Amino acid sequence: MSNLIDAIEASQLKTDIPDFKVGDTVRVHAKIIEGDKERIQVFEGAVIGRANGGNRATFTVRKISYGVGVERIFPLHSPRIDKIEVVTHGRVRRAKLYYLRELSGKAARIKGTRVRITTARVAVASPPPAEEPSSEQP
Amino acid sequence: MIGLIGKKLGMSQVFGADGSLIPVTVIQTGPCRVVQKKTAQRDGYTALQLGFGVRKPQRANKPLLGHCKAAGAGPFTVLREFRVADVDNYEVGGELTIAQIFQAGELVDIVGRTKGRGFSGVIKRHGMSGFPGSHGTHEYFRHGGSIGNRSYPGRIFKGKRMAGQYGNDRMTALHLRVVEIRPESNLLLVRGSVPGARGGIVLIHKAVQG
Repeated sequence: MSNLIDAIEASQLKTDIPDFKVGDTVRVHAKIIEGDKERIQVFEGAVIGRANGGNRATFTVRKISYGVGVERIFPLHSPRIDKIEVVTHGRVRRAKLYYLRELSGKAARIKGTRVRITTARVAVASPPPAEEPSSEQP
Repeated sequence: MIGLIGKKLGMSQVFGADGSLIPVTVIQTGPCRVVQKKTAQRDGYTALQLGFGVRKPQRANKPLLGHCKAAGAGPFTVLREFRVADVDNYEVGGELTIAQIFQAGELVDIVGRTKGRGFSGVIKRHGMSGFPGSHGTHEYFRHGGSIGNRSYPGRIFKGKRMAGQYGNDRMTALHLRVVEIRPESNLLLVRGSVPGARGGIVLIHKAVQG
């Protein structure tokens, strides 16, 4: 019964997500839709948490922008994410790095190794539904 | 209006074409078979009786077996009628599938039976707020308060909201958007929630209003 729902969720998964963990620094290429134009915005920061759960899986990226901490939660399998690049692998001992919010400057660094940037493009496993109602947003 | 019988499987989320995450209810629906045609001459109204679900033959009684025989398929678990103006377009025994009736993007109404909550108090049943947990409240926390006046009018008005049976009602959810249909596995994905528990029987037809 519920494995039919599992099949629906599985068909939404992307197959080409790079292997990244909490503590890694990633560069997320997010598609931004402005009016009828679409452009790509890069959000680079440390992954401070991942939440698993099929097509609902998310990850949180934190960066310091002009001295202000900014966190964005991305749905991992969202079609609005063009690609994810791993910049560095970090060595951390926690699954959620919420303690970084209390730290700043040198203390907020994560020990890690720089990796060759993987430019694997994230592809959707199956094309999204062809027809989409325009009045979708409530 | 012609529709289909289905079974609610549960809820999930899917990504829309624009990347937004849409909450959906997954309904397994059809294929339904026309079991009987109700005609104006014989029955006084026109409707189609549809059958859905597979019942083991040894679990069906003989009247049901005989009734389903005309449809050319085994006994069904559910038989429901849909009022149709013109029944001549349909054949007894004909199969109705999801792709014949629905398409992605259109609006549907879904009839279900809500979860039964038994004899419920006024807080759960009517959303009343109850009484403070402190400040001297004595054995009067989840009550509804006063239900009327004194010798005038000397009675309780009809329709006064009180405790009683809640849930297990037939309920129609109007204007649900069909997000996707999957004809190969007979699945219908509609935006939002649908009355009833998982595994409950639902009736789906096109939206009545606009």
